[in-house]
Amino acid sequence: MSETAVAPESAVSQKPGWRANGGTRGWFARQPSWVRAIVVLVMAVLAYLLPYADSVPLIGPQIVTQGIDWPSALFNMSYYVLLALGLNVVVGFAGLLDLGYVGFFAVGAYVTAMLTSPDSFLHTQWAWLAAVPVALAVTMLAGLLLGWPTLRLRGDYLAIVTLGFAEIIRIVATSTPNFARGDQGFTGVPHPPGTLANGKPVFGVTDATPYFWLGLSVIIMVILGVRNLDRSRVGRSWLAIREDEEAAEIMGVRTTKFKLWAFAIGAFIGGLGGVLFSGEQGFVNSQTFVLQFSILVLAGVVMGGSGNIAGAILGGALISYIPDRLRGISDPLFHTDLYEFRFAIFGVMIIVIMVLRPQGLIPSRRRAMELKDREKEVAPQ
Amino acid sequence: MNFSGLIRDFGPLTVTGLTQGAIIALFALGYTLVYGVLRLINFAHSEVFLMGTYACLTFWGLFGLDQNSAAPGFGGMLLFLVLGLVAAVVASGATALVVELVAYRPLRRRNAPPLAFLITAIGASLAISEATGVITHRNQRGVPPIIEAKSVISFGNTIITNLQLLIIVLALVMMFVLDRFINGSRLGRGIRAVAQNPDSAALMGVNKSRVISLVFLLGGLMAGIAAVFYDLKIGVTKYDAGFLLGIDAFTAAVLGGIGNLRGALLGGLLLGVLQNYAAGLFGSQWLHAAAFVLLVLILLFRPTGLLGESLGRARA
Repeated sequence: MSETAVAPESAVSQKPGWRANGGTRGWFARQPSWVRAIVVLVMAVLAYLLPYADSVPLIGPQIVTQGIDWPSALFNMSYYVLLALGLNVVVGFAGLLDLGYVGFFAVGAYVTAMLTSPDSFLHTQWAWLAAVPVALAVTMLAGLLLGWPTLRLRGDYLAIVTLGFAEIIRIVATSTPNFARGDQGFTGVPHPPGTLANGKPVFGVTDATPYFWLGLSVIIMVILGVRNLDRSRVGRSWLAIREDEEAAEIMGVRTTKFKLWAFAIGAFIGGLGGVLFSGEQGFVNSQTFVLQFSILVLAGVVMGGSGNIAGAILGGALISYIPDRLRGISDPLFHTDLYEFRFAIFGVMIIVIMVLRPQGLIPSRRRAMELKDREKEVAPQ
Repeated sequence: MNFSGLIRDFGPLTVTGLTQGAIIALFALGYTLVYGVLRLINFAHSEVFLMGTYACLTFWGLFGLDQNSAAPGFGGMLLFLVLGLVAAVVASGATALVVELVAYRPLRRRNAPPLAFLITAIGASLAISEATGVITHRNQRGVPPIIEAKSVISFGNTIITNLQLLIIVLALVMMFVLDRFINGSRLGRGIRAVAQNPDSAALMGVNKSRVISLVFLLGGLMAGIAAVFYDLKIGVTKYDAGFLLGIDAFTAAVLGGIGNLRGALLGGLLLGVLQNYAAGLFGSQWLHAAAFVLLVLILLFRPTGLLGESLGRARA
């Protein structure tokens, strides 16, 4: 057959396009391992250099935030990314819709504050580092506590019960003046340890850059851990549970065990975010843990592409970056700070993304295929 | 724990609980109707209610009524009540239809997984309530005194006011009308058919899309009525009013058996009363926490609610 006789469709398939070969990710997968290692390393180094982004000519000033100093915005991004990574384990990998994820963040932050703050009824006043393992253990326990009674619940019911869990934590935080101290909160939560050569502490109050680096390092460790889990027996079990719980159970997947694992690991990562948050802020009160926060993180995971680690990172970073970038800019219509509109904007964004690109910005291949599959089964209306 | 207080105030707490329960029950109907037909939690239903609370206030505001104006006479009261109900019902019904059109219909066409519906619903809910919050500067808005509270029935320390009586009676009447509509009319038969088996119903010539719109509209109408009652009873509304009461309403729907109309009534009244007892026992800040604890307990021991699920099978 001559070249001219070929139909346009097959011409496309003969000359493999960028997209047909898997796009950027396909290219990345085809590279030898040393090229991949270099790319990852360069990206990590660039991430560590982010606090100096404003010295990049031309684009730098566009990127940095105005209403809040840039290192603080970066630190905010780091704990949002942590939360998105943790929620991605629960929602993206195991397919359990958790609307109360901020509850774990709150538990992590509160346990740290209670063990370290001079305001606490415990009067222990531990160092920040000593409180971290206890806080994380308590958060994991909270994850199991929530997971155990909700194991029998599916989909929608699970979502509402987890929402209730977060609300109960918030109500306890606001209405127990002696235990969680409500609005007053805990002051004087110590910063992470370490001193510089000139005797000043590494983690001070004026510059958030070291906190960002700490957060970034934690994120990198979490990414490595979550990635390995996802590729292990645990990850495959989560996948099976997400796609069809009954079928998974019949095939011998111990659904109870792995659902509890998903909750506990998700809670652990959320707790890490809370611990970092209380260490940076030095102050924890009930105003921090509004429910919209949970929904915001969920929006981030869905927006980025649930089930995909890169997607969760992008989503988590965006939900923190966009509102911080909007801070200090007032809208022409109501003359309110655009920051006020953040939740409304994200509400609209969630709808638009779910309608136009339900698989998210950086989709998980498998999730995208699942969605495509369902589309074929659609019954006539 | 304040047991003596609970026993002393048992009567008033019950009456307050029943009034609140009647509002919750009307609100819960929207969840139950949509769940019965589509098997999905319409998370944005709380904002359907919120629009109702603001619509009747805005409408009354057009007549120069605000929270400081004097209560109108009997004729004026009746007129304003009816006008407020109409405004709220129209606003809530329209919001419900728009939410269905924007957030659910495109997904249904694509046969999206159930979680996708929940996520767009959350998006719609967040967008509407937060936009309201920004526009109202997150301040609460007072309700004009349309009905002057007078005690109608009293025995011991238990007093039933005219407003409480009106809310309970009107809620029961609306429930009865809706029940008759679903069970007796042609459109109601269509709704039950789609609830039983959507595909078979479509094959038998029921217009599925129209039935779904109708269900959202009905839920919106009931939420609108609940919204006016809420305004009159509480006296203020705020951008997050829908969300907080919405969780109670959803709990009530699950308590009675989601998808079951009579279950919503039973669940609403029961939840209202139990919440008020809990508030009397532990203090009013624990009112919402009590709802959640109750919800978890029901789902643990009786996941289909007191009267069982299903709009189609139970013929209710």
